Amino acid sequence: MTAGRTTAGTAEAVETVFRIESARIIAGVTRVVRDVGIAEEIAQDALVAALERWPESGVPDNPGAWLMATAKHRAIDLVRRKETYARKLAEVGRTLEDAPPPPEPAGPEDIDDDLLRLIFTACHPVLAAPARIALTLRLLGGLTTSEIARAFLVPEATVAQRIVRARRALAKAQVPFEVPYGSDRADRLSSVLEVIYLVFNEGYSATAGDDLVRPALCEDALRLARVLANLMPGEPEVHGLAALLEFQASRIPARTGPDGEPVLLADQNRARWNRMLIRRGVDALHRAGRGPYSLQAAIAACHAMAARYEDTDWAAIAALYDQLLALCPSPVVELNRAVAVSMSEGPAAALKLVDALTGEPALKSYHLLPSVRGELLDRLGRAAEAREEFERAAALAHNVRERELLLGKAARAGSG
Amino acid sequence: MPRFLTLIRIDEKNVPEGGPSPELQKRMGELLEEITKAGVMLDNGGLAATSEGTRVTWSGGKLSSTDGPFTETKEVVGGYSIVQAKDKAEALEWASRFLRVHEDHWTVTAEVREIIEGC
Repeated sequence: MTAGRTTAGTAEAVETVFRIESARIIAGVTRVVRDVGIAEEIAQDALVAALERWPESGVPDNPGAWLMATAKHRAIDLVRRKETYARKLAEVGRTLEDAPPPPEPAGPEDIDDDLLRLIFTACHPVLAAPARIALTLRLLGGLTTSEIARAFLVPEATVAQRIVRARRALAKAQVPFEVPYGSDRADRLSSVLEVIYLVFNEGYSATAGDDLVRPALCEDALRLARVLANLMPGEPEVHGLAALLEFQASRIPARTGPDGEPVLLADQNRARWNRMLIRRGVDALHRAGRGPYSLQAAIAACHAMAARYEDTDWAAIAALYDQLLALCPSPVVELNRAVAVSMSEGPAAALKLVDALTGEPALKSYHLLPSVRGELLDRLGRAAEAREEFERAAALAHNVRERELLLGKAARAGSG
Repeated sequence: MPRFLTLIRIDEKNVPEGGPSPELQKRMGELLEEITKAGVMLDNGGLAATSEGTRVTWSGGKLSSTDGPFTETKEVVGGYSIVQAKDKAEALEWASRFLRVHEDHWTVTAEVREIIEGC
């Protein structure tokens, strides 16, 4: 591997190794310096050192360990210098030798703990959701500021600012670098899961722009979920989220047609679903619990298990939605339950449920409400009303592809 | 994030005596755990010897089958992994780490191939 590598090849290798290792390096360094912003800078310094050193010395046998050791030395130097400075300032006569020894580089378990602490720090509730997302993708997903900006269709300067402010907010609030225990833990974990889920969803059903799916973002989130499931094997909801994302991701190849147009679940070519991801989803579901993500994963599993759309166990799905509603009532979940009911009990039963939701303020500008209502009316033979609903839905949809699909339905309503 | 199939090729006739040493197995186990924890490893496995394998061929409109061992090939697939990586460079780095856990007397080849998505 080392022999015969060109300088350009070495530079590529350095960057690859850095991308693989950067989260662990930042996590390890944060334990020493207690500040994610400084830790990130030190990690970058280690990268620069590797870029200078490796073309001459060759890539070391364990490049990750080299980067980690280099970064930690710098971190310890920095802490010592600060301590010395503080001490001189206070004119305390102690020598440097009296200073407490800096935390030593540690075994694999400690590295895992550091990573977990970094995830909990980046997803801290003291930050607004967009800041949590940007910081998590930056520190843990290894995405550059411009990659994050492109994924969320916002200017790069906005993302850069979000990250700078987030780091500052963490420092100001003196957020401890820790995985909380006790009563805090559930709240904080749900913030972590929420961030990963938001990232996935932004990729899965882009709220704006021309593309329906941005798979890279889905995969970043899936990777984070897998990392988290390995770091917290005893948390059922983590496995629930991982299962949910594996199932959702398994359908990505079938969700768009040749021209990028959306293909609805009923029309998807199930041969294009990724069987390996489904199997991974089933495995993760075995370790999941009965929390909101686990229940959604169980619903996704019902779809994944049906060889044909007609084979879907809609009654089971409706029952799972009942459990989900009991756990976290939401008009969106009620709407989804109505869709399941329309399949198990027919459109008339479902229309009653949907009609009850039309006054719901939270769904006022939610395009799927008129879309579902249009579907039900169409199945009941009320074509003119259906057309009106599809048109209303199209006007509310932000995604170009979805809008086109809904206008197509409006045009076809009653004609078939 | 593309997926890559890595085929681990070995020369069945020149596998070191007694197979992988306990130290190699331990290092390999640790590395596989690391790749899994990094969220990269999707699936992996070792394959039984080709003496237990069978090739079924469709040619000229006819099926024929050959039982192993496949002596005509020098290198055979002894194992595989499927990883999800940012790019080929990352997949290659993980494959290189896999090779590096072997002792010097091993000859092992990792063939890294991207899986074409969506079909």
